[in-house]
Amino acid sequence: MKTLKFILGITTVVLFSAFTLIKDNQGYKVGDVATDFTLENIDGKMVSLSDYKDAKGFIVVFTCNTCPYAVAYEDRIIALDKKYAKKGYPVIAIMPNNPEVQSGDRMEAMQARAKAKGFTFPYLMDKGQEIYPQYGATKTPHVFVLQKENKGNVVKYIGAIDDNYKDANAVNQKYVEEAVDALLEGKSVKETHTRAIGCTIKV
Amino acid sequence: MKRIVLVIATIVLVACKENKTTPNAEKEGVETSEAIDLEVYDFKGLEKMLSTQSDTTYVVNFWATWCKPCVKELPYFEKLRSNYKDKNVELLLVSLDFPAKYESKLKPFIKEHNLKSKVVALDDPGMNTWIPKVNENWSGAIPATLIFNKTERKFFEKSFTYDELETELKPFLN
Repeated sequence: MKTLKFILGITTVVLFSAFTLIKDNQGYKVGDVATDFTLENIDGKMVSLSDYKDAKGFIVVFTCNTCPYAVAYEDRIIALDKKYAKKGYPVIAIMPNNPEVQSGDRMEAMQARAKAKGFTFPYLMDKGQEIYPQYGATKTPHVFVLQKENKGNVVKYIGAIDDNYKDANAVNQKYVEEAVDALLEGKSVKETHTRAIGCTIKV
Repeated sequence: MKRIVLVIATIVLVACKENKTTPNAEKEGVETSEAIDLEVYDFKGLEKMLSTQSDTTYVVNFWATWCKPCVKELPYFEKLRSNYKDKNVELLLVSLDFPAKYESKLKPFIKEHNLKSKVVALDDPGMNTWIPKVNENWSGAIPATLIFNKTERKFFEKSFTYDELETELKPFLN
């Protein structure tokens, strides 16, 4: 009887969540062409995806200084760039928060953080906060893996870096690496969409 | 057990304060000597609290002490609790603070803000598995809020004002 109740309960939950599911999901879905941008880097230069003539694709990471989850992933983001930039998939980090709201994410703070951690990739300010909504980033960290194709930079993966924010050594699945490895081998990405807790983008 | 602690606390307090024992001081003494009992769950443990067969309506908020918009809206959840406690509404604040911060950040926060709603901590790194179980639409950003009773269920990945929260709760009470 208890089991039956439990099953009924779960069914109800599933049914109701299925009905509340229908919501306009803004932002990209896998298969969409991602917009290029021209955003200011921490060195004062402007960076666009089109600057990377030799890239095969990109690991676009929306991240920031102030979110503990983003901070927990900093070393792993650096490792991704070190591993994949030379294979044609550089990391492009974009800071989506409004620095007026989150002072720890001002340009000077970004510069300081990048220097302290030795970021090997551009760390761009989404000035005016126009790029993250187009991608549909909702939090930091939030990753979009893009592949350069004839029609543009096509979204191949959206989500988390891996399956354990707490402990890099306890990770079972490295989602971004699996996605990029598949693309490098000319295969399709198996897991195209994952989720992780993150900090809301501050507007 | 609680009573013993209380008595001891009072005695200690009386002893320390010498002749200045007022009822107020007594109350303060109890508060500061009472340790905060934090229940920590993995998702399997928490999941049981995310559905009900009773007549209670639950408002569950996912938050963390480091999350500014979460901290900003906490008073609205507290206000909701106090305004609707007689209408069979219960609040549950699920903290996503890092376990290493339970003692240094979370517990002092609960105490400092005198949170009356039930606070539990969720410690489960398997986020890609449990986030969609809370709601298929949740990208994982916090604050996030779930309102449910035995027949209805609604999920919000957003910040609330008190009025918005009340507006969303009301249909559950009819």
